[in-house]
Amino acid sequence: MSLTATTSQTVGPFFLIGFDRMSQKDLAPPGVSGERIEIVGRVLDGDGAPVADAVIEIWQANAHGKYAHPEDLQDKPIEPQFRGYGRCATDDDGKFHFATIKPGRVPGLDGKWQAPHIAVSVFMRGLLIRLVTRIYFPDDPANGEDFALKQVDAWRRETLIAKKVAGQEGAMEWNVILQGPGETVFFDC
Amino acid sequence: MRSSEGQLPAAARLAGYRRPLPGTQPKHLHPPYASSLKRAPSRPLVYLPHTLSEITGPVFGAESVDVKAFDLTKQHSGEPAGERIIVSGRVIDEEGRPIRRTLIEIWQANAAGRYRHKIDQHDAPLDPNFTGVGHTLTDSEGRYRFITIKPGAYPWKNHYNAWRPAHIHFSLFGPAFATRLVTQMYFPGDALLPFDAVFNCTADEKARQGLISIFDWETTIPDRALGYRFDIVLSGREATPMEGHGGTR
Repeated sequence: MSLTATTSQTVGPFFLIGFDRMSQKDLAPPGVSGERIEIVGRVLDGDGAPVADAVIEIWQANAHGKYAHPEDLQDKPIEPQFRGYGRCATDDDGKFHFATIKPGRVPGLDGKWQAPHIAVSVFMRGLLIRLVTRIYFPDDPANGEDFALKQVDAWRRETLIAKKVAGQEGAMEWNVILQGPGETVFFDC
Repeated sequence: MRSSEGQLPAAARLAGYRRPLPGTQPKHLHPPYASSLKRAPSRPLVYLPHTLSEITGPVFGAESVDVKAFDLTKQHSGEPAGERIIVSGRVIDEEGRPIRRTLIEIWQANAAGRYRHKIDQHDAPLDPNFTGVGHTLTDSEGRYRFITIKPGAYPWKNHYNAWRPAHIHFSLFGPAFATRLVTQMYFPGDALLPFDAVFNCTADEKARQGLISIFDWETTIPDRALGYRFDIVLSGREATPMEGHGGTR
């Protein structure tokens, strides 16, 4: 005998009053180790119009590939100042940004290490249940053998891989395209 | 860092979380809810077995919480207008086990059906004594309790003469990325429920009914506030580690 998980409902148009307190755009205060990165992007709807009322949440390991969570039993260092959680609402142009560090590799299910990635939840009016996706990193040789990327048709994988922003050290662009050509891969999680 | 080499740790063999039974969670596209038309993905979701990335998730402890934030009626100098209520319940998993010390965020309209948000232009009064935002941690038994005001219904533009039934938004993290849930709590006997495109987005009747709180004498405070009970169930754990989990080759 078991219960049924409570069903999801949309965050609606006014969620920011509830979500603002836990906004976290800068995940890595000074002293946290790892390669400093900035992820910038936009959320676009089926008409290509910016979504000005979305919120992006991210979850990631530290630079050693260790999650700040009791079930991560790996023998790797924890960094008390790095929690791995971020939340950013989009602005009027549908833009969001996070300043963080590139995560290390964590184990997958196929007996191999996953490529560095960030887990992403997307919430907005119009979504009755969150969207789940991932951010991978440009030019990382581990992408070619990544367990989750292999679940995705090859021609759609690039929607999960951020692109370097020319002339800005550490900056990368990663967009959430909700529909149409270039639609971001979303996971059943 | 040489994390790409060497043996995988035992952590790779942790069990994943259960997937919902058919019909018990909404699909992204629900045409009666007009906003879903341009925002729901058009391609099928790609199945993602749960890895360490999904079975971990942000942990928020006492340091993340204002212990007074459970009481939405005490955030200003005066008492908010409207019907004072107690909303309480438990956060449990699908086996009924308590989810201890997990963060719950809530937000809602005031008694007149108006949110304190710049884009809410409903012609109803703001209440200087009500912000409509609270949070709390569940206790060691998974219990939580909020004191607030019964929110009002309000009109929206989904279709002609559309009104949202009174509701409170709930956001929960649970123990893992995979257990993240945002939902809405409704009130028993609300005449608007049968007509609401959001409430009715979930196919399974029992799952929908689970969003309706239960009037509760036990938590009602005489001469002070009516009690409503709302239990929240988060995804349970797979009984055994999934096939293919871990293993070092």
